[in-house]
Amino acid sequence: MNGIDIRRRGFLKTSLGAAAVAIAPGVLLFDLAHGKPEGASGKVRWGMLIDTAQCKTGCNDCVAACHKENGVSGGTGPTDSQWIRKVELKDNGSGRELSLPMMCQHCEHPPCVDVCPTTASFRRADGIVLVDKHRCIGCRYCMMACPYKARSFVHEALQGQNPDAPRGKGTVEACNLCVHRVDQGMQPACAEACPNQAILFGNLNDPESEIAKKVRSVASVQVRADLGLNTGIRYQGL
Amino acid sequence: MSAHSPTYFKDRLFYALLAAGGMVVLAGLYAVYLMEHHGHIVTGMNNQIVWGMPHVFAIFLIVAASGVLNVASIGSVFGKADYKARAPLAGLLSIAMLAGGLTVLMLDLGRPDRIIVAATNYNITSVFAWNIVLYSGMFATVAIYLWTMMERRMNLWSKPAGFAVFAWRFILTTGTGLIFAFLAARQAYGSALLPPLFIVISFAWGMAVFHIAHAALYAWNNKALDPAIMRRMRNLLGIFIIGTLYLVAAYHLTNLYFAHQADFERFILVDGGIYPQLFWWGYVLLGNILPLLLIYAPKLGETKCVVAASLLVILGGFALLYVFIIGGQAYPLNIFPGYQAASSFGDGQIASYQPSLYEFLLGFGGLAIAFLIVSVGARVLNFTPNDKPHIAD
Repeated sequence: MNGIDIRRRGFLKTSLGAAAVAIAPGVLLFDLAHGKPEGASGKVRWGMLIDTAQCKTGCNDCVAACHKENGVSGGTGPTDSQWIRKVELKDNGSGRELSLPMMCQHCEHPPCVDVCPTTASFRRADGIVLVDKHRCIGCRYCMMACPYKARSFVHEALQGQNPDAPRGKGTVEACNLCVHRVDQGMQPACAEACPNQAILFGNLNDPESEIAKKVRSVASVQVRADLGLNTGIRYQGL
Repeated sequence: MSAHSPTYFKDRLFYALLAAGGMVVLAGLYAVYLMEHHGHIVTGMNNQIVWGMPHVFAIFLIVAASGVLNVASIGSVFGKADYKARAPLAGLLSIAMLAGGLTVLMLDLGRPDRIIVAATNYNITSVFAWNIVLYSGMFATVAIYLWTMMERRMNLWSKPAGFAVFAWRFILTTGTGLIFAFLAARQAYGSALLPPLFIVISFAWGMAVFHIAHAALYAWNNKALDPAIMRRMRNLLGIFIIGTLYLVAAYHLTNLYFAHQADFERFILVDGGIYPQLFWWGYVLLGNILPLLLIYAPKLGETKCVVAASLLVILGGFALLYVFIIGGQAYPLNIFPGYQAASSFGDGQIASYQPSLYEFLLGFGGLAIAFLIVSVGARVLNFTPNDKPHIAD
């Protein structure tokens, strides 16, 4: 009789131990990854207002900060990923010149999400458009569909990845609005790095936020607004 | 010397051809291995030209796979006996080209090992996802159709099966055209004309492939084709060629009329380097004018001429797809209308693309898969048309 009890106690102990060993790394990793138990809120719409008058030609600080933050090499070859780039523009008629950063515009109706066969491209409730690197099969249809050329395909093996911004050979990637920073209450690396504060980041849905107030008071445009995608990134002075 | 019969040599030749096809498939698989091991860096594709040579091969094969079924449809749906006798061969060619094309498309993926994800995570709004259903459904419908034709007891069902295939291939080619038609922002694509254009080019390319396979099968079996049947099939190819020219012209003319498309058309038709060259010399002259001459010119139009015309149509098809797919991506995306743009990511610049050897190996691997399926299929089953005495219908 006693022997049976011991065996049962032993079994329970082992089971509990095994369960703890199975769950613990997950809990630990979740904590390490600064995971939050609650999901993104649909009441929030993250966005940016970029003041082109404050963006200087030749300044690349936002690009460098983004690529450092996300472990992107910063190379500019035809097969290198560029999550953000500086575009120099010249008005065909007047010759007026301006410079601005271009990246994923975090559309409300993103064509990349529409065309993705595996739902690897998805839009979070708070408006951030992301690629699930575990679901992406590397078909590149999203790159064909994106009107902003915001996406890059990883053409070769990677080194020096940032655990907060996982990437993968053979998958597509783009600006993730520094989602790992945003989830910790910080602003994206590009906005923080801009020496002239040309990039204003915030919640477009909060009428009291600085970005919402500014979008109400100054003229701003969405790039290719004619496509009706309702981008989260707005430009002033374009 | 005379110890071996002619059949012996033919057998040897058959196995030599199979081995040659197998070697090409192996070379394609080697290219796939390199692309998976090193990444797409070994191809000529980049972040501006994201779809390259493999897509030219794959889309040609898939479009032709649908078009070749015309022969079957004319037989089963429209009841023409000459075509009905050729429907099984058309079905075999269709399955073979679909298999070759899909293999190329799938193995070009960045992560082909994850292909099952396309089935477990299905995005209802993605035309790529629709195509996964359309392509697998096509295999099934054509296989059933072949069964109803080749199994005597099922012959009764061959007409409804033929109707199903007829409908299915129209939807399938519409889906292929929609891949591009749904790209709203790209100057070359985003046109409702593309699905019908793809359907009509599928007719011409499918018919051309059919002519070549048909002539090869007859030559292999030392059979002579009734000249009346030859004339009909030859004229059909001619009409399809004219049809594609008409729709391609309509596509470019509408673009030329829109002021905002003028620069793009100038690039494709006049000063875009390789693209206008391939369009005018490759597609228009070699792929259309010359085949039409070979078909319709007096004293021409014999079997040899029709086979030559068919080869040229296929060549022209590849040229057109290269211009459409690569040229369409090479022309810079107009992100800031009214501005000249420049950046480190190719804004405002013509993108350059040099296809690598591995892309060609993969593409030819797909063609070889189709060749192997047709060769083995025609060897083990009876796909040779059995004509009853010709009656005009």
